[in-house]
Amino acid sequence: MPTADFVTGLKCRVCGKLYPKSPSNYCPDDWGPLEVAYDYDRARGAISREKIARRPRTMWRYRELLPLDGEPTVGPQVGGTPLIRADRLADALGIERLWIKNDAVNFPTLSFKDRVVSVALSKAREFGMRTVGCASTGNLANSVAALSASAGLETFILVPADLERTKIYGTAVYGAKVIGVTGTYDEVNRLCSQIADKYKWGMVNVNLRAFYAEGSKSMGFEIAEDLGWRFPQHVVCPMAGGALIGKIHKAFTELHAVGLVDAPVTTKMYGAQAAGCNPITDCVKANRERHKPVRKPNTICKSLAIGDPADGYFAAKLIRETGGWAEDVTDEEIVEGMLLLARTEGVFAETAGGTTVAVTKKLLDQGRLPRDEEIVICVTGNGLKTQDAVFDALDAPAVIKPSLAEFERLAGVAAEPALA
Amino acid sequence: MPIKVQVPTPMREQAGGNAEVAVAGATVKAALDDLIRQYPALGPKLFDNGRLRPYVNVFVNDEDVRYLDEMDTKVTDGVIVALIPAVAGG
Repeated sequence: MPTADFVTGLKCRVCGKLYPKSPSNYCPDDWGPLEVAYDYDRARGAISREKIARRPRTMWRYRELLPLDGEPTVGPQVGGTPLIRADRLADALGIERLWIKNDAVNFPTLSFKDRVVSVALSKAREFGMRTVGCASTGNLANSVAALSASAGLETFILVPADLERTKIYGTAVYGAKVIGVTGTYDEVNRLCSQIADKYKWGMVNVNLRAFYAEGSKSMGFEIAEDLGWRFPQHVVCPMAGGALIGKIHKAFTELHAVGLVDAPVTTKMYGAQAAGCNPITDCVKANRERHKPVRKPNTICKSLAIGDPADGYFAAKLIRETGGWAEDVTDEEIVEGMLLLARTEGVFAETAGGTTVAVTKKLLDQGRLPRDEEIVICVTGNGLKTQDAVFDALDAPAVIKPSLAEFERLAGVAAEPALA
Repeated sequence: MPIKVQVPTPMREQAGGNAEVAVAGATVKAALDDLIRQYPALGPKLFDNGRLRPYVNVFVNDEDVRYLDEMDTKVTDGVIVALIPAVAGG
C-alpha cells in the first residue's frame, strides 16, 4: 500500500515559518511551538468515508491526517474506543443528549495517551532513534513504557516522586527505567527538556511533541465519525498541558477541510481543571491573555497537575473563540464526579474523568452549558489507576457467614416463610 | 567563577557555537544584556521590543524566575542561568 504522507512540515504557531520535519518542538527564531502542517487539498483527494469504513477500528483509520511517513510500527491497535450514549448520566444532570468518549478503555494502557505515544514512537523509529522517554504525571509514563517495550526501545521515564504508586508500578512493570524526581511536574518537565537537548533522545512530549500531540486528534475524528460524520454542539475536555482540547477541535476543522464533514465547525469547547491546579481555567475566567503558572499544584487529580501548561495560551484562546468556557472543581467534587459517572454509566474514570464530569455539572448549574443541546464529555483515563481517590468515599463491603439467612438479613429481603 | 548562561542547541549558532557563555551582571536582565552584548544575534531571538519572548523560560539554578523576581532576580558569581523553551510537556 502506498504511504499516505500529506505533511508539509512543521509550522511555527507564532511566526508561521515552515520547517522540514525533524525532532524539534520549537521555532529557532522565536521559540514558538511547532505544529504539524498538512496539504489538505491533496489529502482531500485521497480520503473518503468509504475508505475509512473499510479499515480496522483503530486511530490509524485516519492515517492521512496523522504525521507518519509510512505505516505505524508502534501501537497499530490503539484507539477505536467507544462513544457511549449516556442517558442515565444525562438524566442525573438534567440534560437531553449526552455522550461519553471513553478512553478509559484505550489500548494498551487505558488512557488517551496511547494515541499520542503510538504516533511519537512510530515517528521516533522513522527518525532512527533507539532511546526514548518522557516527563509524565503518570498516564503517559504507563503508555511510553508499554509501547516502547513492544518496540524494543530503551526507555527513561521521569515522574514526580510523589506520584500514585499504581502509576509508578504500572510503568516499571514494562522494564522502563523509572526515575522519581523530587519536585513538581514542571520541574520534571524542565529536566526532561534539558536531557532531550543534550542527548537528542526521543522524548515524546519534548522534541517529538509536535508529532506526539497530533495523535490526540484521533479522539476528535472518532467522535465525529461515531456521531454519523457530524460535530457535537459542545465538548467538555480535561486540561493538563492544554493540548488535547485544541487537537480535538483541530480534528473537527480538518474533517471539514478534507470534505469528510460538510458543515463547518461550530462546536463550543469547554475546559476542565482541578481547583488545586487551575492555570488555564483561571486564565479564561479572569480574562488574562496568558496563564499565571501555579508553582505548587495541590490536588488529588495528579494527571492534570501541570502548573505551567505548554498549551495554556492556545487552550484559553480556543475556549474564548469558540464561545465555550472553563471551570475548576474541588477534590470533593472530583470524587463525587467519579462516583456519579460510575453509578450512572458503569464507567470507572480516573480523577481527571471525575473532574470533567464535575465541571460539566458546574457549567450546567451556571447556565454556561445549555441543557437542551448535545454535549460530549471526554474521559481520558481509567479509575483503576487512581483507586486511592475514592477509597474513603466507599463503604467497606459487609462480611457475613456463608448462610442464606445472614444474606437475607443483610440484603433486606423478606425470608420466605418455611413450609409447614 | 562567573555567571554561566546555558544556551539550547538551536540557538548555539548565534552564540559562537557555545553551549555555555560566561557573563557578568547583578540581575538576570543584566546577565542577558551582557550575553547579547557578546553575541548580538541572540538579541532578536530572546527579546521582542525589549520584552522577553513568551516561549522562553529562564531558570536561575533550576528555579523558574517567574517564581522569583522575574528579570530583576539577583544573580551572583557561580550561578547558572538556563534558557529553556517553554513548549514541552503535557
